[in-house]
Amino acid sequence: MSIRLSRRYALKGAGALAVTAAAGASLKSPAIAQNAPIRIGSVATLEGPFATGGQDGYRAMEMLFQAENMTIGGRRIEWIRESSNAQADVALARARKLIEQDNVDIIIGPLSGAEGIAMKDYSATLTGKTIVNGSSGAADTTLRNPSRNFFRFNTDGTQWMAGLGNYVRRTLNVSEVTVVAGDYAFPYAQVFGFSLEFCRAGGRANYLWSPLGTTDFASQIAQIPRSSGALVVVHGGTDGLAFMTQYAQAGGNLPIIGGSIMADQTMLSARGPHRRLMVGMVAAGPMADVIDDPNWTDFVARYRRMPGAFPSPSIHAVNFATNTMAVIRALKEVNGDLSGNQANFQRVLAAQKFKAPTGADVSLDHNRQAISDIFLTRIEERNNQPMTVAFQRATQINQTLGTPEAAFLALGAPSRTNTGCIAAS
Amino acid sequence: MSLQLFLTIILNGLTLAALYFIVASGFSLIFGLMRTVNMAHGSLYMVGAYIGYALWEPLYDQDAWYAWYIGVLAGMAAAAAVGVVMQKTLLGWMQGQELRQALVTIGLSIIVADQILAGFGGNPRQFFAPDAIFGSSYVPGVGRYPTFRLFQIGVAVAVGIGLWLLLNRTKVGLMIRAGVDDRAMLSACGVNVPVVNIVVFALGAALAGLGGVIGATAQPLAQGVDGRFLLISLVVVIVGGMGSITGTAIGAILVGLAEQVGQALFPTYSVILTFVIMVVVLALRPQGIMGRAP
Repeated sequence: MSIRLSRRYALKGAGALAVTAAAGASLKSPAIAQNAPIRIGSVATLEGPFATGGQDGYRAMEMLFQAENMTIGGRRIEWIRESSNAQADVALARARKLIEQDNVDIIIGPLSGAEGIAMKDYSATLTGKTIVNGSSGAADTTLRNPSRNFFRFNTDGTQWMAGLGNYVRRTLNVSEVTVVAGDYAFPYAQVFGFSLEFCRAGGRANYLWSPLGTTDFASQIAQIPRSSGALVVVHGGTDGLAFMTQYAQAGGNLPIIGGSIMADQTMLSARGPHRRLMVGMVAAGPMADVIDDPNWTDFVARYRRMPGAFPSPSIHAVNFATNTMAVIRALKEVNGDLSGNQANFQRVLAAQKFKAPTGADVSLDHNRQAISDIFLTRIEERNNQPMTVAFQRATQINQTLGTPEAAFLALGAPSRTNTGCIAAS
Repeated sequence: MSLQLFLTIILNGLTLAALYFIVASGFSLIFGLMRTVNMAHGSLYMVGAYIGYALWEPLYDQDAWYAWYIGVLAGMAAAAAVGVVMQKTLLGWMQGQELRQALVTIGLSIIVADQILAGFGGNPRQFFAPDAIFGSSYVPGVGRYPTFRLFQIGVAVAVGIGLWLLLNRTKVGLMIRAGVDDRAMLSACGVNVPVVNIVVFALGAALAGLGGVIGATAQPLAQGVDGRFLLISLVVVIVGGMGSITGTAIGAILVGLAEQVGQALFPTYSVILTFVIMVVVLALRPQGIMGRAP
């Protein structure tokens, strides 16, 4: 008994010593502030449904930091990675930990929609800290109640649909579509972006919503009106796979128009009858596997050299890369100087204009939200491998899709009942 | 709503019910004899589906016509084997301690899910039915309808009749039914009850494995299906009555119809309809529709 007790005390003592030593070290660091490291924290989903996406985002960040030799303006970059699980409260707790315990200067993250809104709200309470988005795409992160400390250099879910509605109505000459979509925030935003254009161009749309995680779509498929000229599918992951498989099995043959996360590798790498319908599917989004642009070719080549890289970067790798590029560029411009509560750094960051990995020009609007290019993509089989190929580019799409901001806000937030389908007057 | 749409939705409900019945009958069987609430039943579904897939895929690549049937047999065998190991090493010696068994099986289901994630990764997978039952067939009043979904009904009916014959017409069935009523007396009559338990557990697990392969042919197979099918099995068995094959069939039909009708009429709230049925049954007939009063 006495041995156990004394061992425990010894351990405690050692622990206390270690803590004191650590505290001592951190107290000393301001004395060499000149070359103190720049502390950059990051939050991405390394757990939960988007774990591979989070990993890929960090892969892209690592690639960009390594290209700078982990040093900017003579200051070393100290990168502290945190993980979330796509839940807003978890992302918020990790962001707090980065700011309060790790004392980071800048956070890059998070990955998913609700997390983004939580971190935007948190950033508004901070002084002298900057949060730059990772890959989250909810519109309201920057559209309503924006925070002066939150910057987003990637486009949002509504922007991603730019050009698709007009393409379906005018180029494909389809006058009525049926939209099948998940019943949650991200599909609302995507459907809103599609419908706004499609209905304004004189199209009519029917909507069939289903909760996230639905696996049997048979009865919904039976309800698709025969008058539909195309099917707009705004599902992702297993929901999308289940829907497409069952639609194919039910003998469905309408042309398929996809949301931005329909054409990801979950759908393309899975085998099954859905593939027959997916080849030729037109979708819109911020990137494609094949983009005829030297910036993209170069980025993909560098990305593929990273350990564990996919044949083609995911949407999350591209978004994290775009945001990280902005931070690196701004830090270089201020020569690593974050003094004055980062006021100068934030001013320089907001004024960044550069080419994203896809070759799209990126700049920020007054809400610090990206204005950039959106690609129309088509799925083609190349070397027996289905991939998305960009065939058209809508340039410089802003967050309100060209509508004056006041008028866009007056339309209200996208929802199941507010689909954005308003016929031109 | 047109008559054709109405009939299609009813048929969708029945075919979905067929899948639920196959999975839940195993759950009900295990509970009926051993009073074991096997919270790892969904894991057995997942084990059957993934192991079946691992054997099916290379054969399918070689265009073997029997690939899917091998997948079914492998899935059933794998689930049965895991079930036997579970019963022999863990659940057997804690017989009668329901809470302990429930907790142990929950723990097992977490371990199994993580092992499958490590082994197979997170991408969804899917079986393709053999050509004989692929595509669509003509159904009067409905039109073209996926053949595989009709096949599901056939399998469920076969499972139902098979179980009924086993329980009512064989000596093993006699022992199982006797065990439900009085285990101690059955043991005193010289029947080796632990062996009967293992046989029943293997059978119940094999049904989960069968459901796994059939389910993964109709719907994508991905992480998380274990929890979904455990929940469905629980609801079906609670509604139908514990340990009754007829009750399980009635429960499965109610849940399957509720899900599809709900999806057609009010998609966002369709999940609630299933639980409304459960609440009504629990309020009016707590032992379930075909359950025996305690």
